[in-house]
Amino acid sequence: MKSTSLPAALLALSSGLVLLCAAVALWRRTAKGIVGALRVQGFALAVTALILGVQLHIALLLVTAGLLVLVKAILIPVLLRRIVRLDPTGGETDPVVNVPASLVAAVLLTLVAFVATRPLVDVVPGVPITLAPFGFATVLIGFFVLVARRKAVSQMVGLLLVDNGIGLVALLLTTGVPLLVELGGTLDVLLVVVVLRVLATRMHAELGDLDLGALQELHD
Amino acid sequence: MWAVVIIGLPLLAALLSAVVGWRRWMPWIGVGADASVLMVGFVVALRDVHHAPISWAAGTLRLDSLSAFMVIVIGTVSVLAAWGSVRFLDHDVRSGGSTTRHALQYSVLIQLFVATMLLAVCAANIGILWVAIEATTITTTFLVGHRRTRNALEASWKYIVICSVGIALAFLGTVVLYLAAEHAGGTSLHALDWTWLTAHAHALDPSIVRMAFGLLVLGYGAKVGLVPLHSWLPDAHSQAPAPVSALMSGVLLSVALYAILRFKVIAVASVGGAYPRAVLVAMALASLVLASLLLVTQHDLKRALAYSSTEHMGLMALAAAAGGPLALTGLLLHMLGHGLAKSVLFLSAGELVISDGTTSISDAGGLMSRQPSLGGVVGLGLAALLGFPPFSLFISEVTMVRGEVAAHLAWAAIISLVALAIAFAALATHGRRLLFDAKVPGGASARTPVSVMAPLVTGLALCGFIGLSAWPLGPILRAAARVVTS
Repeated sequence: MKSTSLPAALLALSSGLVLLCAAVALWRRTAKGIVGALRVQGFALAVTALILGVQLHIALLLVTAGLLVLVKAILIPVLLRRIVRLDPTGGETDPVVNVPASLVAAVLLTLVAFVATRPLVDVVPGVPITLAPFGFATVLIGFFVLVARRKAVSQMVGLLLVDNGIGLVALLLTTGVPLLVELGGTLDVLLVVVVLRVLATRMHAELGDLDLGALQELHD
Repeated sequence: MWAVVIIGLPLLAALLSAVVGWRRWMPWIGVGADASVLMVGFVVALRDVHHAPISWAAGTLRLDSLSAFMVIVIGTVSVLAAWGSVRFLDHDVRSGGSTTRHALQYSVLIQLFVATMLLAVCAANIGILWVAIEATTITTTFLVGHRRTRNALEASWKYIVICSVGIALAFLGTVVLYLAAEHAGGTSLHALDWTWLTAHAHALDPSIVRMAFGLLVLGYGAKVGLVPLHSWLPDAHSQAPAPVSALMSGVLLSVALYAILRFKVIAVASVGGAYPRAVLVAMALASLVLASLLLVTQHDLKRALAYSSTEHMGLMALAAAAGGPLALTGLLLHMLGHGLAKSVLFLSAGELVISDGTTSISDAGGLMSRQPSLGGVVGLGLAALLGFPPFSLFISEVTMVRGEVAAHLAWAAIISLVALAIAFAALATHGRRLLFDAKVPGGASARTPVSVMAPLVTGLALCGFIGLSAWPLGPILRAAARVVTS
């Protein structure tokens, strides 16, 4: 990039915000704060789609942006709110990895994402693709949350971070997959959240809390 | 049109169940729908040997020889599972294990599950395929948790989280492959079409395809139950109701493997054979060795059967790595044979839950003297799974090994045979203890009703028949293998 145009700068800002929200989700201790971070991340994703759509004159991306706002910034946070009510602290009482160490890990994972996606950026240069590592880093932080956190809420957040990261990669790499696939994928994520919500409610009724550490009977 | 009929039949059965509400005869609707799917699958497969593939729904659905064969596999196993569900639900409702509302939920979900698997194999497009396989996870999660116990809850949570992670990786792989296709001149849905991708594979950028294939195999490998994302499988298979375990182990794993078979053709044409083969051999051998070692330490019949599934999937993944016509014909026959033997065994384990209240091998010992007909079926089912002739698993395992040797993978075939020997010894020991140990005090002695025996004996008979006769599957198998030969 020799000179940075305004749309390119905005694009960098919105996709950077997606990654920043992942770090915030890692740092906040209350379930409410974490869900808030996810909501902002959903908006950032939609704004990214909007900027790309306007810049490249792709009308379908505007539809995608609307879909993203509806599902990721409105519906999913509403669905999560109920679980937040069941488990208001939501924070890890005894996290496997504590918060400062988690943030260091997030920084390292971001570096890994930039190194690992080099071949991709080299093969197909262009402004959106140079931003794709933001998405890959979000995916890796999501995996980290899944491995290192044991509360039901944290695991759902981990899954959603992975999903949002992939959504960002898809937008930046290919300016959006075909709408039919986008619709199917978004609907699937929504259904997974609904299913997990039902399971979490049953878990709360059965165990009295939402700590997966208490569910350790099946293993070899 | 056929593809729509095939997917529509179980959907219709689900809809009918949902509208009518719970009735005792309701599970029979599912049996009828699945049997019709099987018949349509056969008709399409037999005419497809001579005809071009059939497309429908603006090219998003297509039936070629391989899809038609997969419809036959799904149809066969789902008929057995639906048949077993009749007994399962009848007992479950009568004993108060589930309310009529739960039974209704089960009837609807199990047919939706079959429909999503059929959609996955009829999809002409890797995007639709992804949506369908993700949908199988959603429909099965509540089926795994049907019993609503603490363990069932843990198993379903683990299942949906691990499989969603896997499927997310597969989506990333799909997106990366789409990027390669866009740069090779593909547009929109067209660029996600199997035939377009296969025809233009040489034009795809190899370094991007390499990344995509790795993500796709890792992601769909989670649904196949391959290492490293396999840990959901023993929990889900042991906690789910028996007919659901039969469907998951018998066909769901194979449907995910089907996706990998198709992607391998594209990867080989783009980056050459060495890389896809190395990825598949590594995952196949790791799964085989891990599963056979863990099989030794099992105390529960259903968990042992689950690890045996990972082992058999490892065998098939190795044949997929070899990739010649011989190895692939063996692989496809093994899919069907394994599906039949596993469903018979899982359904028998379900009967054991009903009669003895447990599937623990030591608590249900002496089955042969207590319930001779059920014991006989379990014995024959284990013999089929261990690869004794006349059952088809014998001939398919021999064919796969011959195919691997022909593809210069003799060293890997030898490792797989060692793992197979360990698994053989472990399963044979578990089987001997279950069937011939001294009678457990308090163990139920009973005559197993004919209605319960019917699906079990049918499954065994089919598994024996396809092991002995090349008719009618021979030409169908060869045509199906040709589609993914690379």
